Amino acid sequence: MSDSLTAEPILEVRDLVKHFPVRVGVLFKHTIGHVRAVDGVSFDLRRGETLGVVGESGCGKSTLAQVLMRLEPPTSGTFHFAGRDVFAMRGAELRTLRRSIQIVLQDPYTSLNPRMTVGDIVGEPFEIHPEVAPKGSRAAKVRELLDVVGLNPEHLNRYPHQFSGGQRQRIGIARALALRPDVIICDEPVSALDVSIQAQVMNLLAELQSGFGLSYVFIAHDLSVVRHLSDRVAVMYLGKIVEIGTEDQIYDHPMHPYTQALLSAVPVADPTVRGQRQAIRLEGDVPSPVDPPSGCRFRTRCWKAQEICADSEPELATRGGHPSACHFAEERSVVP
Amino acid sequence: MTTEETGHLPEPPLLEVDGLFVEFRTRDGVARVLNGVSYAVDAGETLAVLGESGSGKSVTAQAIMGILDVPPAVVTGGEIRYRGENLLAVDENRRTEVRAQGIAMVFQDALSALNPVFTVGFQIEEQLRVRLGMTRREARIRAVELLDLVRIPNAKRRVRQYPHEFSGGMRQRAMIAMSLALDPEVLIADEPTTALDVTVQAQIMDLLAEIQAERRMGLILITHDLGVVAEVADRIAVMYAGRIVEHADAVSLYRRPGHPYTAALMESLPRLDLKGAELNTIKGLPPSLLNIPAGCPFHPRCLMAQDLCRTDVPTGHRLGLGRMSACHFAEELVRSV
Amino acid sequence: MTDPTAAAAGSTATRDSESYVIAAEHVEDVVAKPGKPRSLASDAWHDLRRRPLFAVAGSVILLLVIVALFPGLFTDADPDLKNLAHTREPPSGDAWFGYDLQGRDVYARVVYGTRWSLLVGLGAAVVTVLLGSVLGIFAGFAGGWVDGLLSRIGEIFFGLPFVLGAIVILTLFRNAGVSGALPIVGAVVASLAVLSWPVAMRIMRSAAIAAKQQDYVKAARALGARPARIVFRHLLPNCLAPVLVYATIALGAFIGAEATLSFLGIGLRDPAVSWGVMIADSRNFVRVAPHMLLFPAGFLTVTVLAFVMLGDAVREALDPKMR
Repeated sequence: MSDSLTAEPILEVRDLVKHFPVRVGVLFKHTIGHVRAVDGVSFDLRRGETLGVVGESGCGKSTLAQVLMRLEPPTSGTFHFAGRDVFAMRGAELRTLRRSIQIVLQDPYTSLNPRMTVGDIVGEPFEIHPEVAPKGSRAAKVRELLDVVGLNPEHLNRYPHQFSGGQRQRIGIARALALRPDVIICDEPVSALDVSIQAQVMNLLAELQSGFGLSYVFIAHDLSVVRHLSDRVAVMYLGKIVEIGTEDQIYDHPMHPYTQALLSAVPVADPTVRGQRQAIRLEGDVPSPVDPPSGCRFRTRCWKAQEICADSEPELATRGGHPSACHFAEERSVVP
Repeated sequence: MTTEETGHLPEPPLLEVDGLFVEFRTRDGVARVLNGVSYAVDAGETLAVLGESGSGKSVTAQAIMGILDVPPAVVTGGEIRYRGENLLAVDENRRTEVRAQGIAMVFQDALSALNPVFTVGFQIEEQLRVRLGMTRREARIRAVELLDLVRIPNAKRRVRQYPHEFSGGMRQRAMIAMSLALDPEVLIADEPTTALDVTVQAQIMDLLAEIQAERRMGLILITHDLGVVAEVADRIAVMYAGRIVEHADAVSLYRRPGHPYTAALMESLPRLDLKGAELNTIKGLPPSLLNIPAGCPFHPRCLMAQDLCRTDVPTGHRLGLGRMSACHFAEELVRSV
Repeated sequence: MTDPTAAAAGSTATRDSESYVIAAEHVEDVVAKPGKPRSLASDAWHDLRRRPLFAVAGSVILLLVIVALFPGLFTDADPDLKNLAHTREPPSGDAWFGYDLQGRDVYARVVYGTRWSLLVGLGAAVVTVLLGSVLGIFAGFAGGWVDGLLSRIGEIFFGLPFVLGAIVILTLFRNAGVSGALPIVGAVVASLAVLSWPVAMRIMRSAAIAAKQQDYVKAARALGARPARIVFRHLLPNCLAPVLVYATIALGAFIGAEATLSFLGIGLRDPAVSWGVMIADSRNFVRVAPHMLLFPAGFLTVTVLAFVMLGDAVREALDPKMR
């Protein structure tokens, strides 16, 4: 959520591909196929905005996060941060980049080292990048960070297991914030939290964004959560973006059949609309990312599928309003 | 609960939990997990039990099924009546009889609820052979029918496969098929779709609704998802810290919640159809069950808390036909705009 | 919530009850001891102190350590003083454990033998764990061909039959003319470590592999942490628990193994006289002078048992804390 969007994108991703080889064999492993987790993804992120990335399991959104953070090497494609080629960076240059792009992870119970105090955890970024803060000022900065995320700074000597799930997630956010990054990639940051705690953390993320001028790539499977925080939204299916647009466009004027089905499936907390919604129900399961269908990947579950869908893969192109990847893209309002 | 409280007809409901108290004896003390839980479900009705983790919603279900780990769990009071018969007072044989034949349960994680070393078909057929005395052939035919019923394609082939060969959604369907094998009258679904993708969730919920309607089963749906509840529930019981804090029909509950916790939960949800600036949150954390606050268990987090709430445990206030709220100020809350 | 040490630990009995008390993990800001940080290690220590198993085993071991360090406190007699007049005499008022073949006070010898038995056990445990841990963490962290190579080497050593291997190694040492108490102990320690390090390596390796996949390691890499930091700050502290349990139990086992080797004549010998050596000496006289065997064997058994019990208690104390 932002008010200032400058023209120059801070992140530019083009044709990003990540394939994982499937290896078998005991002594000499050989490759029998590839899991095409991310199969050609392109998008921009503008300064100060939140791009939501939604999709169900197997769509590749988590892999996307890993590759953007260079926790996994890309198979091909380019990624530019403020005009600089990230995938070409090595060593010290890469380490310096890490001050600008950080990540918040999903599981509050495994994302903090149980043997380190909270103060150590939040202070570790300063140890890894000593040029950011001289030794004397680190303790004060750690306290400040804990305070900013809504935790009591006096608790920096405590260990993670003494905190609740929501509090641990705040610690993770404080850690990501320490180096004052420009971009934070949020990989399902509230999915593992109770409903009443989710709201607290989401409010925090929104506050921090305006307070620190952050840009977010917000990855989640919960469509309501994504809508709440995002300016623009990208919908992923089997490693590709099938539709991308502003939050308004995606939720109120979806064009791709998958987006429509996805939105149709989300239960709405209002019993009076029961039976009034058009229920689009998909048949079957998501195909395997090792062997995706030819042409349009969604065709095996799509009610509009025709021959052309099997022969040629639809490009992500603007077909009235905003980009979608469907030969028969047609707007259809699904959310009541 | 009397007739006015539940809105049910004078004959006993199909399944009724009455004033259930359960404690967990742990190393760190005694956790009061259930503190007087009462709810009921009838044939053809869907009761949603809504609550977050630690509210006791799953423990209640496990107590009904008789699958609590005893020890450390101890039932310290109350009754669980199935067709009027108190299950806590009968012997183990009768309990086993009721389990699966009268009341069946579907769990959240099908992968761990299904035995990985037996085929899906075997697990269904076993019940049919042991409990209903079917022959192998009869059982096999019935198993395939059941898999068809839950819309698993290629049922004949699938019946010979192992759980790990199914996708998440199909495993859930298989588990539903298994639970229906003995034609139960009540089905308890404990977070059946929480671990599934939203499109699969929608399929499964549709399936459950269909099956329930066809067989006139009572369905108890345990969940934390307010959206799912709104779509399928007839009646809703909201749980907090081992108590039912509100009990109402679905439309009334959503239109005007009668308990501060329910109201706060609804306000803290991001809605697909609404986009707001900031979400209202519930400050604080759910209480440790080892140390439940005195008075109303919700008072430390309640925006409406008064002195009374710190000292007196609220009893159920009747808010109309079939509506109850355990709040000292329930009437005011419902009347306010 | 996974933890690498859970892989090595066994008991989860208490886990199940606590998993129901889910709300309890939403720890309020004011914990039982406000303001007092409790690391997992100190939590484990507090848990350990409460266990009777630990109290018993711990006291026995503590006593033995004192005996090893200050044998003079427990006996005035000289363990090497020979008096053939008393040869093979049974226990009496003068000599509580009787005399051995050469008329030496068995009680005194048992007391003085404590230090050698414990020293071998401790030495072998330390070297095995150090060697195994370093290789294990390296293999686990590096993965790929490095892991493959080290694992295969470990398997080769693991496949060597223990007694045969020990005989070969110790015979080599003997032929090289190793003599004197500490060098002899060193030789035995070396042979035990060489044959046992693969076990320690495997434990550390699997713990490291599991730890490497935890999200906090991902977060550290995302911050730009170098491999050294990841290994020492993130992996190592979280992999210590199973190794610790192994080390404790192995200590007892090594003491027993030393006795075996000494019995075969290739382990310790004069002047490093352990219980095992005494047992070896009593070999031919078991029926006529059983006291020569029973007392050192008794001490040996109790000691090994104490370490095994301690290892058990440590494992239980560490296990359910891993959340």
